Amino acid sequence: MKVNSVVYPTPADPRRLLSDHLRHDLGLTGTHVGCEHGVCGCCTVLLDGAPVRSCLLLAVQAEGHEVTTIEGLASDAAPLHPVQQAFHECHGLQCGFCTPGFVLAVVGLLAQHPNPTPEQVDEGIAGNLCRCTGYASIRRAVHRAAELSQK
Amino acid sequence: MKPPPFEYRAPTTVEEACAVLASLEDAKVLAGGQSLVPLLNFRLARPAYIVDINRIAAIDRIYERDGGVAVQALARQAAVEDSEIVARVCPLLTAAVRLVAHRVIRNRGTLCGNLAHADPASELPAVLLALGGHVVARSIRGERVIEADRLFSGVMETILAPDELLVEAWFPASSQPFAVIEESRRHGDFALAGVVRAVDRLALFGVAPTPVLADPRDPARGLQPSGDLEATAEFRLHLVRVLTGKAFAA
Repeated sequence: MKVNSVVYPTPADPRRLLSDHLRHDLGLTGTHVGCEHGVCGCCTVLLDGAPVRSCLLLAVQAEGHEVTTIEGLASDAAPLHPVQQAFHECHGLQCGFCTPGFVLAVVGLLAQHPNPTPEQVDEGIAGNLCRCTGYASIRRAVHRAAELSQK
Repeated sequence: MKPPPFEYRAPTTVEEACAVLASLEDAKVLAGGQSLVPLLNFRLARPAYIVDINRIAAIDRIYERDGGVAVQALARQAAVEDSEIVARVCPLLTAAVRLVAHRVIRNRGTLCGNLAHADPASELPAVLLALGGHVVARSIRGERVIEADRLFSGVMETILAPDELLVEAWFPASSQPFAVIEESRRHGDFALAGVVRAVDRLALFGVAPTPVLADPRDPARGLQPSGDLEATAEFRLHLVRVLTGKAFAA
């Protein structure tokens, strides 16, 4: 499987979750693990460009696919991806635990709706839990990310 | 919160998948995994074998047939949501699939997997029932069609045999007026109770071991929903009446 454009061998144990594989085998600890049953959204990564829960995917299932984690989001040219930049500018985080999952879910949301309405923003981030911000600044960050992405 | 040990099989054709299922005791089919993997993580499911069908090519089509729309085993719920064919032929299904969990879950979860999982609080089994659709099951013994009103046999139980693979679901075209309305504690959660209206037919979910057809004039008759911390049985019956009223007001 490819993770952030680097090819890695597939783990031998089929019960290894992708989230644990990323963190424990590859050392990519930017993918956070919260609930481990698909509710909190912290472990969201991109699978072939679409956001998915890495705690609900066996690592062996990612064989032959491209996984993008928060570590792989920014390009060499820019230190922050537009969505990361927007979260930074709008204070879309406090403790930061949920942030990688939010950022990758928002990347997916903006790919689907480049100019999201407030309703589409709420729908797009409804699957991610944040216990610090109260979501207001995250909503602002999503709209700002849409602006930055179009520049 | 990690899956228990299991043997992993990843067949690459439907024929191979059926042969594998026929040869194994205590095997579970893994499609999108959005219901099965949580059950594994909680250790509520401990199958000896996982048969992952995601390596099978070309079983993710959504296409028109027999005046309705067919959705194959690996069509993701997000693909159903975005499908122009579904929106044109069966807009009730488009409306219902948007109520299933969240987009990130729908990117991976499959419609056929949702039906085979048969959660009584799930929207899609009730849609299949309200419209009078069917599923197609394949095994080494051949293929059979199972009508919606026979498919669901209990809480998370269907009449699918252990060696059968649900390869396709078929939904008749939906006509106006239709509605799918549910009440849940949080956005994307399973419904406390929900109703699906397809013209004059009504199906309920979340209030019985399986989705059930009901009389729109007296939708709560004969129901004995369970009560839990989220909602009492009485409240669920109240919701059935109120939601049915809303669905048939249009």
